[in-house]
Amino acid sequence: MTTQATLPGRDRSRQAFLSRSTLVTSLVLIVGMLLVLILNALPASNALHVSGATVALLGKYFTYMLLALAVDLIWGYLGILSLGHGAFFALGGYAMGLYLNAQTSVLPGWQAMMTYFPVAALMVLLAPGLLALVFGWLAFRSRVTGVYFSIITQALTFALMLAFNRNEMGLGGSTGLTRFYELLGFSLSSEGMTVALFLASGIAVLLAFWLCRAITVSRLGRVSVATRDAEARVRFIGYRVDHVKLALFVVSAMIAGVAGALYVPQVGIINPSTFAPLFSIEVVVWVALGGRATLYGALLGALVVNYLKTVLTGAMPDAWLFILGALFVLVTMVLPQGIAGVIAKWRGRRHAAVQPGQREASA
Amino acid sequence: MRATVEHDGRAPTRRSTITVLLCLLMAWSLSIISQGAFAATSSEPRALLEALDTGNFQAKGAAAQAIAESDVEQKTRWLQALLDGRLGKERRGDRFYIVTDDSGREWPIIDAITFEDAGTGTRRTVDIFKINNDLRTQLEGLIASLSLSAGDEASRLSAARRLIGEITEDNVASVRRMRDEEESDAVRQPLDVALALYDVQNGDAEALDTLRGNLDTRVRNTLVPIAAGDSPLAAEAQSVLGGIESKRAWYDRAQTLFFGLSAGSILVLAAIGLAITFGVMGVINMAHGELIMIGAYTTWLIQQALPGQPGLALALAIPGGFLVAGAFGVVIERTVIRFLKGRPLETLLATFGLSLILQQLVRSVFSPLNRRVTSPEWLQGAWQINEALAFTLNRLGVLLFCLAVFAALWALMRFTRLGLEVRAVTQNRAMARAMGVRATRVDMLTFGLGAGVAGLAGVALSQLTNVGPNLGQSYIVDSFLVVVFGGVGNLWGTLVAGMSLGVINQVLQPWVGAVLAKIIVLVGVILFIQKRPQGIFAPKGRTS
Repeated sequence: MTTQATLPGRDRSRQAFLSRSTLVTSLVLIVGMLLVLILNALPASNALHVSGATVALLGKYFTYMLLALAVDLIWGYLGILSLGHGAFFALGGYAMGLYLNAQTSVLPGWQAMMTYFPVAALMVLLAPGLLALVFGWLAFRSRVTGVYFSIITQALTFALMLAFNRNEMGLGGSTGLTRFYELLGFSLSSEGMTVALFLASGIAVLLAFWLCRAITVSRLGRVSVATRDAEARVRFIGYRVDHVKLALFVVSAMIAGVAGALYVPQVGIINPSTFAPLFSIEVVVWVALGGRATLYGALLGALVVNYLKTVLTGAMPDAWLFILGALFVLVTMVLPQGIAGVIAKWRGRRHAAVQPGQREASA
Repeated sequence: MRATVEHDGRAPTRRSTITVLLCLLMAWSLSIISQGAFAATSSEPRALLEALDTGNFQAKGAAAQAIAESDVEQKTRWLQALLDGRLGKERRGDRFYIVTDDSGREWPIIDAITFEDAGTGTRRTVDIFKINNDLRTQLEGLIASLSLSAGDEASRLSAARRLIGEITEDNVASVRRMRDEEESDAVRQPLDVALALYDVQNGDAEALDTLRGNLDTRVRNTLVPIAAGDSPLAAEAQSVLGGIESKRAWYDRAQTLFFGLSAGSILVLAAIGLAITFGVMGVINMAHGELIMIGAYTTWLIQQALPGQPGLALALAIPGGFLVAGAFGVVIERTVIRFLKGRPLETLLATFGLSLILQQLVRSVFSPLNRRVTSPEWLQGAWQINEALAFTLNRLGVLLFCLAVFAALWALMRFTRLGLEVRAVTQNRAMARAMGVRATRVDMLTFGLGAGVAGLAGVALSQLTNVGPNLGQSYIVDSFLVVVFGGVGNLWGTLVAGMSLGVINQVLQPWVGAVLAKIIVLVGVILFIQKRPQGIFAPKGRTS
């Protein structure tokens, strides 16, 4: 727990919702989205034209950023490292996948209710939320913390992976759910749908970012940071630490579920490999690289790592795992606070030189 | 030829004379023998074979019986060929053939009487004698009783075993006679069972006693229809059958227990290195599975270097796997883990990164394909205790190996200087250092030891499955569960937890299938950890 004392968010009196980093991140997101929209609208002959494939890729990155945000909320601000967040992501994805399948075919049994979009949307939130509630309640009540929590979350997603691989689940077995054609009555293969999904994912990232920001600056957020740094003390003061953890864990799982639901129509398939422990732990390295407990660091990390992955798996497929592995090692040893830490340090130095006294404002 | 060798060294002229004489002698005797043989073939054997050439299966059965009762030398071979559908008659002639290989279109054939090569035949030139099921049963019985009367004890025993359930009224008398003449108890026993089974089928309730507790499936299968009736015999048979069933059930349980223990011993082997590094040092080593893989690849490499000597290779692989994986462990500890002391989550991530690198390294250096390690002969096959219980030797070997490794580790921790220091550092690092224990060195050695044991697990695994880059990955979640289930830092806990998880898994499997059994075990352990975060054996008092 020694490094966590150096993480941002500690020893602060009440923070404003709109800090500079929040403002900058929101602006970058909005401007980026608009830019992509405009460039996509350009004729294909134009050199600056952004193709539909690129838009789809960026939309997929947005869902990854959403997932990274969910992990950062509990790892950065609560100190609990979930190695099973891919499970919540996949559950949201399966809910969406069922809905998409129900558009073109009649599903058996309980799955029939997934035909209606409101029900499906509710399931996207409820399925991961309920799982997180039950699992978190069991875990936090008996004070399973630290690496133990990490390991049982990994076991959870592993067990779910095995379960979803079974054909008896009625969810496509190891093939998963695929053959999606329509969403809300519109064809999934159209260019307009690609842009709409990109936009929806971007807006979801923005909203989730604001939600997380609001939570972390609220009283709940400050208690959670206190829990992260000195759990026993917070408990002795009289806070129900397990309730705090549970609340944040459930919110985080739901964000992950939404991310999965947005991911599925853009990728066109959801299968049990999303439950694989490797995917969940990869998410953790996005957050670690970007910088924990900053929110924007998670977004940055998800974008950087996934961009690298897209480029490198195409260019030299054998090298990708070496690089990913090296990222894990280097980030933890050399960059414990990630890219955001480097930025903060650099800005801190500049501020220290120019305006000594103003450091508090920059979070 | 022999003459020249024997008389080597004598005068050359005498030697050549003797050689010529001997050659003449041999030629003469050979001609007499062959004349005799031709004399025998000309009449009786031909008649016996002629009798087989009929469309009536009953007549064919009688002919086979006659062959079996005759004194003809070739009779076993004939009956076997008839059973295999390889005995036939020339379509446009009167020679009899045995087909030696009927896989192709052109069959190599030999003369059935002289066993001389007769070129090739086809379906068109050779008319194969057909048999039906009744005849097949009769032939099997005949062949078994024929080999009962000849050959050594082993072949008589296997013949006697084959006879169970095959005795008919045609051969019962001869089997009874052979049973009375038989000297070996071991051979007499299956004969008794076979005869008793025949007697029971013919309504003899007394004979049931011999069958009590017999585990042979054929005995059970024969008794089931008999027990279905309403007679006193049926009631008696039912009770015998009940006894057999319950005995079988017990052996089945023993078999399940063995499978469970052997699966558990793999878990223990995989987890016990982790129990040392995680439990003793508090280091989460996600690359543990890859250290197992390295051990397995070391075994494979040593075997590649020593072709044709799997036993020696395995013996060398045990220290080899330990040392190679241990060296990797020490390097990992020195370069990464040392700098992340007291930051368990970061250690977890960094070692996970290392595991990815090691996996990809193996994939790039060797190949992404699985490699096969051949087991030495003494680890192949099974130890058949009786009809219902058999221990696969490689699994038995792994089980014993696991216990040996565990005992060695336990002794190391309990009796050696290193063990003492490890325990001291675990309990109170600062105090141990104050007493002069070099804690960093202990860390390094402990980690190397844990990694080395992982390498041993890899050596053991290579005897059970193929070796591939993903070998370790599949064990990492399970091994962590075993460590946590057993209680962190507790070697006994790891042993008990690994074995019980293995057995539970095996017991559940027939009911719910392999995947669901695994899920149930996982969920069960997750729930158990909620209830008892300290594992089965919670450390008593303060340990840190």
